Amino acid sequence: MWKWIQRFSSPKYFYSMSAPLITWFSIAALLTGLYGLYLGLFVAPPDYQQGESYRIIFIHVPAAWMSLFIYMVMAVSAAIGIIWQIRLADMVAAASAPIGASFAFLALVTGALWGKPMWGAYWVWDARLTSELILLFLYLGYMALQSAIEDQRSADKASGLLAIVGVVNIPIIHYSVEWWNTLHQGATVAKFDKPSMHIDMLIPLLLMAVAFKLLYAALVLVRARNEALYRDRNRRWVRELIEKL
Amino acid sequence: MLKAYYHLLVRDLRLALRNRHELANPLIFFVLVVTLFPLAVTPTSEALRAMAPGVIWVSALLAVLLSLDRLFKQDYDDGSLDQLMLSPNPLMILVLAKVSAHWLLTGLPLVIIAPLLGLFMSLPSEAVTVLIYSLLLGTPVLSLVGAIGVSLTVAVNRGGVLLSLIILPLYIPILIFGANAVDVASDGLPVTGQLLFLGAVLALALSLAPLATSVALRITAAR
Repeated sequence: MWKWIQRFSSPKYFYSMSAPLITWFSIAALLTGLYGLYLGLFVAPPDYQQGESYRIIFIHVPAAWMSLFIYMVMAVSAAIGIIWQIRLADMVAAASAPIGASFAFLALVTGALWGKPMWGAYWVWDARLTSELILLFLYLGYMALQSAIEDQRSADKASGLLAIVGVVNIPIIHYSVEWWNTLHQGATVAKFDKPSMHIDMLIPLLLMAVAFKLLYAALVLVRARNEALYRDRNRRWVRELIEKL
Repeated sequence: MLKAYYHLLVRDLRLALRNRHELANPLIFFVLVVTLFPLAVTPTSEALRAMAPGVIWVSALLAVLLSLDRLFKQDYDDGSLDQLMLSPNPLMILVLAKVSAHWLLTGLPLVIIAPLLGLFMSLPSEAVTVLIYSLLLGTPVLSLVGAIGVSLTVAVNRGGVLLSLIILPLYIPILIFGANAVDVASDGLPVTGQLLFLGAVLALALSLAPLATSVALRITAAR
């Protein structure tokens, strides 16, 4: 079992296996994304209060979900890297951070654009926007620590520990900000039995969420492949790969 | 184990007391930063009272942040940190001793001088009492959580800005509840909830932060 994991998670094996996956994930992301956008922008009915401008949720909400999801992926793979010394997990964690930060940034920008017509200002110190901003800071801190330490192994371990500490803190930050101030509309999807959202709006939203997940899968594979090549640049398998070119 | 805790605590206190001028620096910084706000914004007492909780809490946070360096830097540079890690005592206990010393040397003085700043910012006396309680519960968390950051960055050249980058987001809950408690108290409302939250976070940090710090120290030492 252990040997199998070791072999499966070796950067060389990962590198050769991931190439077709990227193609499939990208195509799937493109198809679901286009269909979701079509349903969201043309088919879904306008909101009775917010009119057409609510349609930005099809980007905003999935991006916000992704920013949290990717932080969890990052922390879990960093923990795997620290505990079981699996280099591939460290690479996935390091590759995820900039993508997660981009999604957090996207959620903030779309939130600001949505806030202008809804609340009358681009930025209000609303609880969820603020905790999204703090999440972005957590990502930036992770990336800063990762790049500040020269030795790759300890950079991975140090920033990985920071990611794990961040995970313990995220709920605390979330709730403290929530109690501090709230203006944001309540969650409309989390109630699984009966979402307070029209089904024609819900379907494109979930489609977009799936599309973003697939996009992340493709992006993280591309970045992790680059990490593998860069970190193993002095190893034999990379040399052989280069010689074949 | 208790003995190791006690000895390390006494050692750190003694070392610090022999460098007394350094000891006062975070405190002076704290007072200085608070003094800047009436100068920069406005000295009317209503305005001061409104911003006092936030200003005092942010300044305390920055003062602790700047003093965190003292926690491990010197020991890392002269190698005694490695010796501590080689000792048979659990590293968590030793970390706890160092953090306690750090709090006694920076957190506690901040708590003691805070009433003076409350006076500066024309806070009502009930709010000053709450300010003391909130700082008393909050500053140990700042030291505990800061220790994680410091142990990750102590080997990094010019790690100061990096340290604030990774630690400040983690300080936000403390800031929110600490400042909010004082704010609510100056309106004459009960603040049990905020203080209980601070106490809960303190209990959590007390039990988990030394663990994370000792892991972080081992990562740093393995370099």
